[in-house]
Formats: sequence, C-alpha cells, structure tokens
Amino acid sequence: MQAIIAKHLKGDYKFENNSDIITIIVKKDSLLDILSELKNNKVLLFNQLTDICGIDYSLFGKAEWKTTEATSTGYSRGIKPSSHGRIKFGDNIQQEDIKNRFCVAYHLLSITKNIRIRIKVYLDKEPLIMPSVTKLWSSADWYEREAFDLFGILFEGHPDLRRLLTDYGFIGYPFRKDFPLIGNIQIRYDPELKKIIQEPVDIQPRVLVPKVIRGNKE
Amino acid sequence: MKEFKNFTMNFGPQHPAAHGVLRLVLQMEGEVIKNADPHIGLLHRATEKLAESKPYNQSIGYMDRLDYVSMMCNEHAYVLAIEKLLDIDIPVRAKYIRVMFDEITRVLNHLLWLGAHALDIGAMSVFLYAFREREDLMDCYEAVSGTRMHATYYRPGGVARDLPSKMPTYEKSSLKDKKELEELNYNRNGSLLDFLKDFTHRFPNCIDEYENLLTDNRIWKQRTVGIGVVEQSRAIELGFTGPMLRGSGVPWDLRKKQPYEVYDKMDFDVPIGKTGDSYDRYLVRIEELRQSNRIIKQCIEWLNKNPGPTMIDDAKIAPPDRDSMKEEMESLIHHFKIFTEGYCVPKGEVYSAVEAPKGEFGIYMISDGANKPYRLKIRAPGFAHLAALNEMCTGHMLSDVVTVIGTQDIVFGEIDR
Repeated sequence: MQAIIAKHLKGDYKFENNSDIITIIVKKDSLLDILSELKNNKVLLFNQLTDICGIDYSLFGKAEWKTTEATSTGYSRGIKPSSHGRIKFGDNIQQEDIKNRFCVAYHLLSITKNIRIRIKVYLDKEPLIMPSVTKLWSSADWYEREAFDLFGILFEGHPDLRRLLTDYGFIGYPFRKDFPLIGNIQIRYDPELKKIIQEPVDIQPRVLVPKVIRGNKE
Repeated sequence: MKEFKNFTMNFGPQHPAAHGVLRLVLQMEGEVIKNADPHIGLLHRATEKLAESKPYNQSIGYMDRLDYVSMMCNEHAYVLAIEKLLDIDIPVRAKYIRVMFDEITRVLNHLLWLGAHALDIGAMSVFLYAFREREDLMDCYEAVSGTRMHATYYRPGGVARDLPSKMPTYEKSSLKDKKELEELNYNRNGSLLDFLKDFTHRFPNCIDEYENLLTDNRIWKQRTVGIGVVEQSRAIELGFTGPMLRGSGVPWDLRKKQPYEVYDKMDFDVPIGKTGDSYDRYLVRIEELRQSNRIIKQCIEWLNKNPGPTMIDDAKIAPPDRDSMKEEMESLIHHFKIFTEGYCVPKGEVYSAVEAPKGEFGIYMISDGANKPYRLKIRAPGFAHLAALNEMCTGHMLSDVVTVIGTQDIVFGEIDR
C-alpha cells in the first residue's frame, strides 16, 4: 500500500514507520497540495476526512516517577509539578523550548478503495497557523474549530473560526499540557447576589496514579 | 399584506426535542430556516483530557458515558485501540461475546432512537413499545456487568467475566401473586443465552409492530419523506458514517469492509437507502434491527457450543482470579500492580474504529510508553452529523428541524465529550 502511495503521490513528504496505518509527515506549506492530491488522485481517492486531531507533545516521554534506579533512599518519588494533574491555573511552569511541540493529525478514508491514511503536520512556535482544509472537505469545519478551541491552533481561511466546545468567554486552551486538569474557574449560583457567578476553582490538584514509563527499550 | 422580516430564534438548550443540551440559533424568514447555528459543548466534560491522567483501565467507564445509549460499542473501540498497541490477541469466546453485545447495543440504540424520533414527530405509542423491548436487553447488560447502562464490561484482553449461567429472576413480593411471578419469569429460568434466544424469537414480531405503526403511516411519511435530503457525494464529503451514510445509498459498513473481531464469520446484510431523506434512514435503521437480530442468533448458537476462556492469560494485563490471589504471592503482586499502577503500553499510535450504531466511532490513541495514554482523541460519529445540521435544515420549516435532529440520532454525550 505504501508503495502505491509513494508512486502516485507527488510532493514533499516522508513516511513515518511503525504505525498501524500509513502515516506521512508533511510540511505546513505543502499540506494543501498533498491533501488535494490525495483527495482527487484517481487511484487514491481519499474522499472522506474522518478526523482532525491536535496534539501537544510537550510532555511526551516524560515520566513523573523514576523506575529504573533504586538509590539509598528507595525509589525516587521525585514528583515534578509539571503534569497537568498537579498544577493550578496561572502556575508558571518552566517550559523548555520544545521543537515541534504541536502537531495536527488528519485521518483520511477512501471509501472507494477502503484504505486509511494519517497525515501529520508539526508546528513549532506561536503563532500556530495552519492552512484550513474546509474547501476540500466540508467536515473539516467543526474539526478545525475544535482544534482551535482546545489547542489554540489557528486555521487560515476557515470561514467561521469560533470556539466550539468550551463556554462562552472561556480563557485558555484547555487541552494543552500546561493547562491544569482541575481547570480555571467554577460556576455557582450565589444566593446573596441572586445570580450565577464565576470564581477561581477551590479544589486542590491531585494525581492518584503517577505517570511511569517502563520497559521501553530504545 | 404585512411584510415579514428575518428574525433570530433560540432553540434550546432545554428543549425536549433537542435530545439533550443542544442550543440552536436559527435565522428565520417567516417559518422557513435560513441558517441554523448549533451551539454545542454544554455537556463537555473533557473526557480526552481526563483519560490522559488515568491508567488505561480506569478510563473504560468514561467511554460508556460518551454515547450513553450505545455504551459497549464505545468501550469496544477503546479496548481495541489498547489491544492494538499492546499487540495482543484475545480468546475467541470473548470475541463472540463482544460481537453479540455490540449487536445488543445496536438494538438498544436503535430502539431508543426509534421511540424518541417518533415521539418528537408526534407518535406517542412507539416510544412505549420500543422501551418494552429495551428493558429486556437492559436486563442482559445487568446480568453480565451488574449495571443496566454503564457496563464497563469490555476490558483490554477480553471481557470482564464469562456470561452468567443463570439469568436473574423476579423475586417474590407482596405486590405479585404466584401466577404473575411465573409469567414474569417464564423465560428467565435458564441461562442468559436462553433468555436472549427467547428474545431473538420474539423480536422480529416486535419490529413488525413498530413498522405497523409507522412505515405506511400517512402522518409519518408526510413528516419524513423528502426532509433532510443528503446526496451521496455530499454525505461522504460531510464525513457521514453509519446509517446516515447508508441512507444516502453508500454501501459502507465497517463490519463488512474492515471487519474486526469475528464479524467476517457472521452472515448479515447491509441495508442502504435510495433518496437520502429521513424516511430512508428510518427504513435503514429498521432493517438494521432485523440484521442485528440475525447476528445475535448466530452468536448465541456458537457461544452455546464453545465454552472457553474469556480473558487473555497474561498476568501483566488481566487481573488474577480471586482464589489464586489469596494463595499465591505472584498473583497478589500482579493484582497490586495492575490496580495501583496499571500496565505500560508500548510507544506508538493507533487509530481503531468500530461500527457503532450511529456510525464510525474511532479512537486515536498516542502512547509514549507510560501507564496512561499520552493523547486520546475520540472520533464521534454524531459530531460530523451535527456539523451538517445547517446544510440539512436550510430551506425547511421550523418543525422539520426536529425531524432532522431526530434522524441524525444525536446524543450529546459523544458530541461534547
């Protein structure tokens, strides 16, 4: 299958190995060309856009609990307050400048040929601007709005880029890894003011099971 | 003559026909819809983010709550993704059990859809009929998992337990005399499979009853024929899946095209529509009820003949049984590790999709080798359908919005996530 795509798809891309379905990595600038080729090429005909997914890679492969070396003090429980389960809104966590922190993954399906493909585009720094694919597939409309809402990725050429899932007037991009799991504000009815008010969350962040990584031989 | 101006109308979020919490901002010209803008997210719980902070097994329960009328199908996509990452194969019996419960779930979903859709359009009694059968299937859910809806029955590596050999029965109470009790329990004296077998014999007649009420009903046809028409090419472009796509005449069903578990061994047909209107989608779903019934029958037959394990024999993934845990040190340690830390899943990413009753329910899972998913993306079928609401409603009357919402089979648990 990979050979067929390599034969019929021209442009600037490379294959990612060890994936369950064919995955290609594309530069932002050549995305629209590659996607329209994938859609319109008579051999491939990826006529359905199944999904668009934003990804924040900033904590990828970082465990909270060292598991390999035992020291005189026992296993290290050195918890760095970096995971989104342990921070509060506004906490200033030191973020290293991560290359390719954000990624947008497109899943395409060819109903006529019964194949799937995944296209990944890595993004470096703000402003995170991507070309919109709404002109190619109408279904991209809400998927792009969702990615904008949750990750703050902007889609150039989208007809109506508004927040989709979060509340009216929401601040922040909740699915980024530096957004706390407990959230930002809570809403309640105040019987004295006789109206609904917003206030900062009063629950404490906590993690019941630390993130550990075991048995991955590079 | 008085001139009408365009005006904006708010529909929902608390509206009985909105199937949950949908807010629609409608631009009206008289009673004709010019533009419909759905505002969603009122049921947003950030399931995907919550799953990132929990070991794999602890999120199965969240999957039930996504599309809360087709619970086990959501679990199925999730556990399939984990199994793909772990690269494990599950026992055949577990596969058959999963297929059987997927189809039970499809019947459950379509029954609720049928009842609610008819109720929205104005036919009260179908709802009561549909819920009568739903109750029996809910009992099956309860018999295997202990809960009527949010089962958490599928686990990575198989299913939580084997099918019970005895179906729970109604118990004595001061309100029921002996004869009544016997009537209630007439099909509950055997195993779960016997109960289901009895159900599959009764069910085709029940579908005939629903069809009697609706299929040739003049009012039903007036309200559904020609409403919300989606052409074949548009349906594909808009990301439609499931009955929404098949109603437009595309013979696409993941159970046939990309079979998972043992669907390739099942004998069933995939119905498709012609015109792509609400009536065709109704007919497609009714036929799917009959086909699901066929699949359930085949599964019962196989499961009755072939006992065997229902969970993978791998102590790192499946918890040990209670007896060995009490006696063996190894089992105790495994039990402790599974429930306090979970298991680590190899680095990688997978997309697994199942044919849920509403369409393609997909899980895109990225693992960085930890005991929690690094990123989980849920591809809900209803999300793409609702996004097309504007296109389907424009030009129709206000009352047809209700038909279109109904025909899309919207459930907010999965759309808002």
